[in-house]
Amino acid sequence: MKVGLFIPCYVDQFYPKAAIATLELLEKLGVEVGYPSGQTCCGQPMANSGFSGLTGGCDALFVKNFSSYDYVVCPSGSCVLHLKEHLHAEDEAQAVALRSKIYELTEFLTDVLKVEQLKASFPHRVGLHQSCHGQRGLKISQMTELVAPGFSKPLQLLGMVDGVNMVQLDRMDECCGFGGTFCVAEEAVSAKMGQDRVADHVKNGAEYITSADLSCLMHLEGILKRQGSAVKVLHIAEILNHQ
Amino acid sequence: MSSRENILKAALENQPAFVALPQINLESVINYENLAAQFDLILTRIGGTVEHFEDEASLLARMASHSPEEFVINTITADAEGLANINKMNSVQLEAVDVAYVRGALGVAENGAVWMDENAMVNRLLPFICQHLVVVLKVNEIVPTMHHAYQKIEVNKTGFGSFIAGPSKTADIEQSLVIGAHGPRSLTLLLQF
Amino acid sequence: MKSHAEAAAEFIKDGERTDWHDETLWFVRAKRDLAAHGLPEWEQLRDWASEIKNHTLSNISQYLTAFEKNANANGITVHWAADAEEHNRIIHKLIKDNGIEKIVKSKSMLTEECHLNEYLNHHGIATIDTDLGERIVQLRQEPPSHIVLPAIHLKKQDVSDTFHEFLHTEKGNNDPQYLTEAARIHLRDHFVASELAITGVNFAIAETGGFVVCTNEGNADMGAHTAKIHVACMGFEKLIPKAEHLGVFLRLLTRSATGQPITTYSSHFHRPRPGQQMHIVIVDNGRTRQLGRPDFRNSLKCIRCAACFNTCPVYRRSGGHSYHTAVAGPIGSILNPNLDMKANADLPFASTLCGSCSNVCPVKIDIHEQLWKWRQVIVAEGYVGAGKKLSMQGMGFLFSHPNLYRFAGKMGRFFMRIAPFMVNNRLNPWYKQREMPAPPKESFGEWYIKNRKK
Repeated sequence: MKVGLFIPCYVDQFYPKAAIATLELLEKLGVEVGYPSGQTCCGQPMANSGFSGLTGGCDALFVKNFSSYDYVVCPSGSCVLHLKEHLHAEDEAQAVALRSKIYELTEFLTDVLKVEQLKASFPHRVGLHQSCHGQRGLKISQMTELVAPGFSKPLQLLGMVDGVNMVQLDRMDECCGFGGTFCVAEEAVSAKMGQDRVADHVKNGAEYITSADLSCLMHLEGILKRQGSAVKVLHIAEILNHQ
Repeated sequence: MSSRENILKAALENQPAFVALPQINLESVINYENLAAQFDLILTRIGGTVEHFEDEASLLARMASHSPEEFVINTITADAEGLANINKMNSVQLEAVDVAYVRGALGVAENGAVWMDENAMVNRLLPFICQHLVVVLKVNEIVPTMHHAYQKIEVNKTGFGSFIAGPSKTADIEQSLVIGAHGPRSLTLLLQF
Repeated sequence: MKSHAEAAAEFIKDGERTDWHDETLWFVRAKRDLAAHGLPEWEQLRDWASEIKNHTLSNISQYLTAFEKNANANGITVHWAADAEEHNRIIHKLIKDNGIEKIVKSKSMLTEECHLNEYLNHHGIATIDTDLGERIVQLRQEPPSHIVLPAIHLKKQDVSDTFHEFLHTEKGNNDPQYLTEAARIHLRDHFVASELAITGVNFAIAETGGFVVCTNEGNADMGAHTAKIHVACMGFEKLIPKAEHLGVFLRLLTRSATGQPITTYSSHFHRPRPGQQMHIVIVDNGRTRQLGRPDFRNSLKCIRCAACFNTCPVYRRSGGHSYHTAVAGPIGSILNPNLDMKANADLPFASTLCGSCSNVCPVKIDIHEQLWKWRQVIVAEGYVGAGKKLSMQGMGFLFSHPNLYRFAGKMGRFFMRIAPFMVNNRLNPWYKQREMPAPPKESFGEWYIKNRKK
């Protein structure tokens, strides 16, 4: 099994540790991982702003970089959702085939690798932030709106980590307010949503906030730092890879 | 072309390809072991009061128990002349009604609603404008859900009919529930076993 | 007119009130969840409702014709209005021709969409809104901020002040029971005297030519059964094929809206009472255009429960007035661009695309997906600023050229300025209430070359 690692632009630039943890975790699980060097961005920032017409370059690069792999894995649910829904190519069949091979990290671990145990330890109180695109888009966990049996791929994996103490949130799947360019276009609402989300974690005793999506965490981290909070954010890969 | 023709033409041109209606299979719909108990539970929860009775005599006794100061309209025991009078009453007269007795045709266990049509109301305004509404219903007229209700009632048998579920209410001020918005301040359901 | 973002920023300035607004609506969402979870067949009901609506829209021209024929046979007069103006004119004419002076109106979002009250006021005709929440905002000369809870933006002190001014209630008495009682007395005077009653329509039944109006207060019935003329106004998408389909919709509507198992009154009107006139005004106002847009026609399935409002984290923190339209919230943001794309170009962007709206929708409208699609249309039609377009083009170029991207990344600070979440802003709004991520020594790409490419 050859896996192509897709590290989205902002993770590459701001959160290399999360990318390294993702790579190491996959390698530890015996996966052959390649990282094509010509990768940039999934194109979501343009598409979600209404400029899906400007994503052709990103799409072409993505297809070029990743078509040869059996799977593409990415530690960001939001980027994965965008690619699964909106990746196009000159040869559309190629894009469609590639779309079905793209996985967010946690769903790749539970659904493809079917991981049942991890050698990891993280003795801390952790709040799980559900990224909306991971949860409602990729359905990596059940949504509180639906009348359906519960499940959570991220929690399933966190349950394999020694010492992790998950905190219960008052609103378990409320959006953090990042929303891509929404975070600047609607700065007031975005920041308020982020502050409220952080407050829920803090109130319930989280030392760390984790998520399968770094974009949410970047936003929450920005708020925590501004508040001078001791609470830290960590991508879920960093916990699953922690010893 | 008139607006009617324009709208119908545009609708025809723009409507998507035909999609079939779904099959509503009532086997997948909730049922209750004890319909009366469920109906009682829900109606009480939404602000109604449920009283049980068995024989007609106790019903008549209850109806007769009102003080002379109360303006009571009883559509259940009224004779033809009485019914004609109720039917003719205007809004100013009806506004003064303290208590109205109306027979319900069917109760719905899942939501505490009772169907009554114009024949039972005698005057359409009566069950909405009276201060207190008393509905009489037979226990074997309770069905599990709205699906079952629509199988039994004929919505256009009379010119008007309504599902009434509890007393008039509002929560428009800071989401505080207040019973007795414009209509009846109470709904008492007399359930005949 | 302020954009959603500007109006929202103003709303949020009062943090305490914003928190209260958010909590109050979240509480309604929680009640909705409780009600939905009480029915194991909830998701099945949503499927049925969606399919019935899809079917109806696919055959809407025939159902409209059938409804008209059956309504006429019932003694109901059917009027057709191409737009808001014609809708208002039809009602105005009925008022004039019958020499009407006293008009009561129960809740109808369509009449809000058509600005009927303003139109009639302009012609010297007063209408009394009889839904308590609507009466409160009418006295304050404000539009409703929510389609089910029109005065949800107000606190009881606000209502108390308004009632003190107009209904002469005791100053400072904020008790909802007391205030509601005052409104009851005030509005009962109007009901008993009413000559013409305007109501909305929740559902119209093609097969029987009748319609259903749902209220908790009983105000629609009080007006309709008193007045000698009843005018019911409906967008044509309110049609359903048969009465039995009401079983599906009435089970979903109020559970989705407020968590109640059903509204207090679900009234089925089929024939006027003797001596009464009953009219229905069927309105298009852009609906046939929306029907013709494959990406957006689904929005016509809406039954106006407002579940998408209550769950929307943006709506809860920005208030209904920030949407500057009759129907606010997520559903409004996909309906209003059809009415006026330029004026409402901001609304599809007033969302994080979190998708909660689509999950609570009882008729399964793909609301958040339509928000995304409207963004594409609005950009294609040129309704976004030139600055945003330029920066997007710059970003598209940068991300299409890996070498340039890597170079930009090395210039740490430069990447921060052009990072996707920084786009189109001279004065970094990110930094207003948030810190920037700390730039690491090396990117993952650089780390990878050092550590894995040896």
